Amino acid sequence: MARLTTTFLIAASIVAMAGCAKKPPAEIPPPPGNSGPVSQGDSSIVPGSRADFERSVTSNTIHFDLDKYDINSEARAVLDSQAAWLTKYPNVPISLEGHCDERGTREYNLALGDRRANSAKNYLASRGVNPARISTISYGKERPIALGSDEAAWAQNRRAVTIVLN
Amino acid sequence: MRALSIDMLRGVLALGVAVAVPADAQIAPATPSAPLQQPGQPAGQPPAGAAAGQTPPPLEVSVTGGIAAPLGIAIPVMPTAQAVDTPAGRTDVLGQQLSQIVTNDLKSSGLFKPAAANALKGVSYPEVTAPAFDYWGGAGVSALVQGFVRANGDGTLTVGCYLYDVFARTELARAGFVVSPGEWRRAGHKCADTIYTKLTGEGPYFDSRVVYVAESGPKGRRIKRLAIMDQDGANHRFLTNGQSIVLTPRFTPDQRSIVYMSYIGDKPAIYVYDIARATQRLLVPASNLSFAPRISPDGKWVLFSKAVAGSTNIYRVPLSGGQPQRLTDTPGIDTGGSYSPDGSRIVFESDRSGSQQLYVMNADGSNPRRISFGGGRYATPVWSPRGNLIAFTRMAGNFRIGVMSPAGGDEKLLTDDWQDEGPTWSPNGRVLMFFRSGRGGGGTADLWSVDLTGVNERRLSTPLDGSDPAWGPLRP
Repeated sequence: MARLTTTFLIAASIVAMAGCAKKPPAEIPPPPGNSGPVSQGDSSIVPGSRADFERSVTSNTIHFDLDKYDINSEARAVLDSQAAWLTKYPNVPISLEGHCDERGTREYNLALGDRRANSAKNYLASRGVNPARISTISYGKERPIALGSDEAAWAQNRRAVTIVLN
Repeated sequence: MRALSIDMLRGVLALGVAVAVPADAQIAPATPSAPLQQPGQPAGQPPAGAAAGQTPPPLEVSVTGGIAAPLGIAIPVMPTAQAVDTPAGRTDVLGQQLSQIVTNDLKSSGLFKPAAANALKGVSYPEVTAPAFDYWGGAGVSALVQGFVRANGDGTLTVGCYLYDVFARTELARAGFVVSPGEWRRAGHKCADTIYTKLTGEGPYFDSRVVYVAESGPKGRRIKRLAIMDQDGANHRFLTNGQSIVLTPRFTPDQRSIVYMSYIGDKPAIYVYDIARATQRLLVPASNLSFAPRISPDGKWVLFSKAVAGSTNIYRVPLSGGQPQRLTDTPGIDTGGSYSPDGSRIVFESDRSGSQQLYVMNADGSNPRRISFGGGRYATPVWSPRGNLIAFTRMAGNFRIGVMSPAGGDEKLLTDDWQDEGPTWSPNGRVLMFFRSGRGGGGTADLWSVDLTGVNERRLSTPLDGSDPAWGPLRP
């Protein structure tokens, strides 16, 4: 298993290097030890990476009710899937971003975003994730993901997002 | 020739330069010219108000009734003895611009109705101290502002500023200002402040600056830059380049620094920006989220909020840096602290009752007492520089700007739009600036002002969009 992982890592880094180059090389060397058809998408994802996290968990984002920061049942399911992955890769640091909708004042929303990020952090810690791996940052209402001014957009913006840092 | 008035001395001293004597030998005593006639006025008709030999009542402006009846005032182009090129422009052009600055300032207060400059007669240099009252009495104005511009041998400019009661035919105020060419606009603002204070009894505020956050880019990824400008939008300058989010800038009382929050290095924290040196320093270690800075009236302390494990409390730290001292201790969100003008108390917002409400406590954090009890949530309290009012954002559906007494009574909402937030007081405590956000993906924020009557609402023109304004003190 360890050897296989290494193989994947090498393969992925080659692909990644190719991706970074301004011009792709004429030929991409075949991945060493390639013993079967591996789709390009899968082979480019490094286990333990941000992309692997986002592929593996239910979602990288949980949502909150208006002016609330408690973890509801839907958010628990999402965080449980994140905790499972984080347990599998115990050395990966993460950042939890707390966000708010636009219906709060700027400063209060910074505090509320911090609360939401900390709620998620505390829940993951209760699921066995070492809190020392988790940093938090609040963006208040500065970085909405949905740009409308309606309930659907606000619901999307009241969120905590888990970002894998490596 | 009159002696220098106290007003004049104050103005000259305030600008830190030599005293100028506006009514010196270069301004000749008025040579009475033939009375000018208002076009369309039948010959021989006496100027309105000058009839029957009555003594007109003293000229004054009601600051509460001003909207209903703003005072008619004429501010003709300020003449120059000799048109001279200066680094600020030719003195005759400066005379036009200065009269425009005074006009715009007074008009923006909502208390004055300046006559259109192009409808007014020209004023000769000697006429500045000897107004043609016969003409002005028929010009539909009650007050007259005349002034002059003169280039001095040492490279400075002298601006004279005279206020007359048109019907009583008396001089009400005079002031002279000596300015470096780079600060020539300030002479116009000082002149407007002289007129405003004399006629309204209120404190001055036109010679002041605003620091705010200039915004651009899409709503989901706004670029935010610190920017500074004069109160009327002139002399606009960006202070940061927009690489990091910046929020909630505030002037220190000496106006040398701006305390603000920045996301530099993805570590949101409070910084102090030195305006002259264009440098910044971290005020509070960035290990925790720190935000919502406000400076004490004596300039020694910075109130701020710090979030620790989801709880936010109010702290203070010396402006010079050092160990923060905690002032509140609740599991909820306490933020938005603002000192009373005497520094003895702090108004802040807290959700300790279950929703954001306003509280007043002693400056050491003792004896907190809730003062807001209306419907909805209350936020962003700011103590008036006069001490008698607290401005806030009230959220009940829409966000509105309002004021209440520090004891919590006499609440009055001043604006009624979709989302008005973050009031800041003018130096005289009569006007509030705030930002107004629009709805939806294309909704942007702009700077607005409103006075305490709630009627005189104006949008400030800025190069980009704007939010988080902070009005600085009157300039020295």
